Formats: sequence, structure tokens, C-alpha cells
Amino acid sequence: MPDVRDALMVAKNTEGRLVRRPLSPFMLGSAYRFQLTSSLSILNRITGVAVSVGTIVLTWWLVAAATSPAAYDTVSGFLRSWIGLLLLFGWSASLFYHLLNGIRHLAWDGGIGFDLPEVHRSGWAVVIGTVVLTVLVWAIGLTVL
Amino acid sequence: MSETTKGRRDLRIEMMRSQLGRVRGLGAARAGVSHWWAERVTSIALVPLTVWFILSIYRLAGLSQPDVAHWAASPLHAVLLICLILATFHHMQLGLQVVIEDYVHTEATRFSLLLAVKAASILLGLACLVSVLKLAL
Repeated sequence: MPDVRDALMVAKNTEGRLVRRPLSPFMLGSAYRFQLTSSLSILNRITGVAVSVGTIVLTWWLVAAATSPAAYDTVSGFLRSWIGLLLLFGWSASLFYHLLNGIRHLAWDGGIGFDLPEVHRSGWAVVIGTVVLTVLVWAIGLTVL
Repeated sequence: MSETTKGRRDLRIEMMRSQLGRVRGLGAARAGVSHWWAERVTSIALVPLTVWFILSIYRLAGLSQPDVAHWAASPLHAVLLICLILATFHHMQLGLQVVIEDYVHTEATRFSLLLAVKAASILLGLACLVSVLKLAL
């Protein structure tokens, strides 16, 4: 073993053979059945990464606003195009999910809602809340503006 | 009740190290709970800031650059924008760091990605910050 950390990742299997310990997320797809709790957990990371990518457009928008009317028109034009609207829709859904599930995580950090029935209830509340907020915000946006 | 309490009382572990000594500089990341704590503090700040920003987008949608600049020039809006930017990019860096540490196992790739995410967070965050300051000042 070239490294002590590699040495620690070696173990004996039930037949007594030396095997390399698998690293996360090795069980996905083979030995692991997805359930609401774990699906929502991984979705929290996926939406977090998606919103992170969205910060590039937030930066573009602010930099353009501070640069010139022409630069600002370019961003507005992009955000109004079908691809821009599609990206905004995806980011808004991701943001609402991450926001609501983040509040769920903060409650857990405070020791609230740890029972499995409560975890399932709050999980569905986050899913429904995300759909409702996303649809509501876009419905208001598209009718009022 | 007294039985379990008694049994528990018998299980005593004597340690020669103080609690502070145990926690200081230890843990897998050698950083104690600072990363975890910073993630929570920024997330708490981001709850009202995100709601405010989404509501502000209603006001800003369809406006031209001078109107947006005028909106951002208000000290209240500028301060809230700066808070949003600081919390967002700090939270983003902390979160992406955990994702990379969990899923990227090749040492060189992981190290490069962690540095790249840190650099991108700082560069994007500063670009936003300087833009807001330019609009506000």
C-alpha cells in the first residue's frame, strides 16, 4: 500500500480474501433501493449544484447592469429567449426545493421532526411546496408582467 | 429506573484529555465544526434574503438598465444584495466542497476541483460585489 489511507481501505470479505473497501456511492443501482428519504437527500445536493451553476447568470446579470445599457439588453434578451426561460424555470424549481428542504434540515439540526412518519410528512410537504411555489411564482410572473 | 441509572453510572471512562483538547484541531477535516456551523449560519441568513430577492425580481423584470441601476442604488437594496451575495457564495463554496469530498476519490482531481470551486466562488462573488458597489456608489 503506497499510502496509509489506502491501507485502511482494505478489508477481508466473508471468504477471507483481501478486498478493497467500496467507496460511496457504490451501492446505488445494485444493492440499494431508493426511498423517499434518500431520494430527497440526494436531490438536495443535485439542486444545490444546479443553483450554484445559476449563480453564473446572476453574476452576468449584475455585471451587465453595472456595465452599460447595451450589455444589460444582451442579458435580458438571453433570459427572455426560450432557453433562458427554461433555465430560469429549472433554477427557480431547484432554488425552491433547496430552500424548503434546507428549512427541513435546519429543523432537524434543532432536533425537531426526527420520527420516521414526521420525516415522510415533511418530505412530501417539501415536494408539494416546491411544485406549488414554482407554479405560483411563474403564474404570477407571467400574468402580472 | 435506579437500576439503569446505576448501571450507567458504573460505566465511566476516565480520560486524561480535556474536552477542549479533544475538539481543537481534530476531526477528519482538522477543522472541528466550523465548516458545518458556517453552512448553517449562511443557510439561516439565506432564507429571508432569498425570499426578498425573488420578490424583487417581480419589480425588476422588464425594467431597463437605468431603472435597474436606480433600484440597486438605494442603500437598503444595495446592502441586502451584498448580504445575499456574501451568504450565497460562501454557502455555495461550502456545499460544493462537501459534494466533491464525498464523490471524488482521486486525490489529484479532488484537490484541483476543490481549488477550482474556491476560485470560482471568490471570482463570481467579487464580480457581483463590485457590480453592486459600482451601481450603489
